[in-house]
Amino acid sequence: MLVIKVQKLSKMFGDNQVLKDISVEIKAGEVVSIIGPSGSGKSTFLRCINLLEKPTEGKIFVAGQDLTAPKTNVTKAREKIGMVFQHFHLFPHLTVLDNLTYAPIKVKQLKKADAEDKGRKLLERVGLADKEKAYPNSLSGGQKQRVAIARALAMEPDLMLFDEPTSALDPEMVKEVLDVMKDLAHTGMTMLVVTHEMGFAREVADQVLFLDEGRLIETGEPNAFFDKPTSERAQDFLAKIL
Amino acid sequence: MNLDFTQIVPYIPFMIEGIWVTLQFVIVSILVGFLIGTVLALFKIGSIKPLKWFADAYTSIFRGTPLILQLMIIYFAIPQLTAYDISPFLSAVMAFGLNSSAYVSEIIRAGIQAVDRGQTEAAHALGIPYRQMMIDIILPQALKNILPALMNEFITLTKESAIVSTIGYLDLMRRSQVVGAELFRNFEPLLFVGVLYWSMVMILTLIGRWVERRLNVGD
Repeated sequence: MLVIKVQKLSKMFGDNQVLKDISVEIKAGEVVSIIGPSGSGKSTFLRCINLLEKPTEGKIFVAGQDLTAPKTNVTKAREKIGMVFQHFHLFPHLTVLDNLTYAPIKVKQLKKADAEDKGRKLLERVGLADKEKAYPNSLSGGQKQRVAIARALAMEPDLMLFDEPTSALDPEMVKEVLDVMKDLAHTGMTMLVVTHEMGFAREVADQVLFLDEGRLIETGEPNAFFDKPTSERAQDFLAKIL
Repeated sequence: MNLDFTQIVPYIPFMIEGIWVTLQFVIVSILVGFLIGTVLALFKIGSIKPLKWFADAYTSIFRGTPLILQLMIIYFAIPQLTAYDISPFLSAVMAFGLNSSAYVSEIIRAGIQAVDRGQTEAAHALGIPYRQMMIDIILPQALKNILPALMNEFITLTKESAIVSTIGYLDLMRRSQVVGAELFRNFEPLLFVGVLYWSMVMILTLIGRWVERRLNVGD
């Protein structure tokens, strides 16, 4: 079953074309790593999937619904698309548990007790059961990111978008976040991950998308891509970072 | 030097009564200013262009001309134009309320815009509707930026309120002048109401600090 279908997506910022004619299909349960040099448009591509950026041209279907159609209720559609940001963006004035339960209660009209039960289970899953009463600013970067993942999961999304989830972390905290993401991948969650963690991309991803200068240059199964990239630009890129 | 504070003693109740008279219109002006200011701030950050232009023009006019001029225009011009005999109290509330709203709108606008853009994006990504996002996520955080500046605006308004003495409103300032004229001594009554103004401002400052501390939970 297809979860995401992107057709001829282009995005302009003023005169600057950041995405050019990208078409991709992603199946349910797939983990897709999006890699490429900085400025290649990979974050913008990801942000188009939940319409944080409005595509200039092209269509985006998520779970069969055309998000780019004018009559689509974007706010409603976003409930089913979880997103994790590089800089966490937790709500600093709410406790960890309230961060997890706010949207389920206010948006999905869940009962407070049910939302809290679910929130606690999620905190346990990301290894932060003891932090439910803490405020985000008292947590380390790795802990914040795990809370952010739990917050997105609390909405029970069909797919999860990760925008460089480990890029703002101290090196010793990268693993704890990647471990949570690996667990999540094993549960069959559909995941799109913009990342510089090539080890993660190779080990966990089912598909790699390589972007450069706003174009989708190469797609493939990770082992094949990392061992023998076909395009010259991917070869150059990998030579620089590996 | 011939200071003699005993001479103003009979007039002290008369002057102290001025505190309430001043507070009365300052409080009403603050409320009017805050309400209109909030609406103007929402116009400014909203996407409806004509409302934005209106709010910007409004702010520009009220910040770009002297408060005493605005007060005089309202007090003297309204009777001339409409034959409605406007009271000093209503003139004062209008002038101070409208003037203050221009400053308050800028304070609130800046406070909202200083909230990290990522907060809005996180709320969008969770499917939180605009209204709820504003009320529960953005405004509580903006309040922390807004409050110190807003308290400052209230303090300024309390002090500047003395300008209404020029249209004959019997506020704290005006009362000190009345006493001064009666006694042919100005220093004592002026100093006395000076202390009263200072006390009012100090109380406002302390309230501001207290509220700020309450808001800082989570930092």
